Amino acid sequence: MIAEGDIERAEDEQRLIEEFRRQLDAGLWAAVPVSGTEGRRESIMVRSFDDIPWDADRVIFFPRAAGGR
Amino acid sequence: MLLALAATALVALALLSDLIVPRVEDLWGRFRAGRRRAPTWSYDPGRERRAEQRARTLLRSCVNEEEWAMYRDLGFLRVWGTLADGPDDVGGTGGAPYAYLIYPHRPILAYLAQTHRLLNEYCVTFPDETRPYGSSRLPDSDDVLAKWMALTGDERRLISTANMHLPGRQLDPAQIRRDLWRLSQWERARMRQLAGGDGPDRPADRQSAA
Repeated sequence: MIAEGDIERAEDEQRLIEEFRRQLDAGLWAAVPVSGTEGRRESIMVRSFDDIPWDADRVIFFPRAAGGR
Repeated sequence: MLLALAATALVALALLSDLIVPRVEDLWGRFRAGRRRAPTWSYDPGRERRAEQRARTLLRSCVNEEEWAMYRDLGFLRVWGTLADGPDDVGGTGGAPYAYLIYPHRPILAYLAQTHRLLNEYCVTFPDETRPYGSSRLPDSDDVLAKWMALTGDERRLISTANMHLPGRQLDPAQIRRDLWRLSQWERARMRQLAGGDGPDRPADRQSAA
């Protein structure tokens, strides 16, 4: 857990935005797991805070992909 | 007499200096190293296990129940491809459904779902440059989750990032076919259970049994 808060509270939202930017600036990718069609789960890659669905309960940061051998 | 002995000793020392000096330097270096505190790395044998347990919990919370059961029972995940004509470098699938197998720390494998024809291997890594425990290698289930998220979130970008190889470079095609057969058997058994309303009759969780 990096940060949590209620985006309807201004100070929480600001803190979450700053943390979100900090993680992306560190080179991480961000994704939100969501329910897709037919009960399938999928993720949405997000590149800015505004891309996060309003009802998302979390954002997962993970290392950027690189070609492997 | 004493003078002669002293002179002889000096000559002997001079002649032996090539042998003695390196040994003395070596001994002095060892002595100094011994006085310095060696960096200690407190090895915690449970650290990787706890990290993997956390990763499994996170993975389970992200994928659906069927995918979780698949990974738990078979050790890999299947993700359906969403591009209309398959991955760009396959040369077209003619609209046939295709999927990927995701293994921890192994290439992602694309295959045709109906014929089980193997398409390509995609080698991709997610190096954790923060190296929290001295290594950039993610726990197994975190690696699977990263592949799952990147593949379901932006399939084209992940595939274009990966290094593509023909099947068989790292993954044994015979093993893959066995895994696909295991997957089909597993799905049949699961459908029977669901149709019969039975509870899950599965092997013990490999992680908790370990």
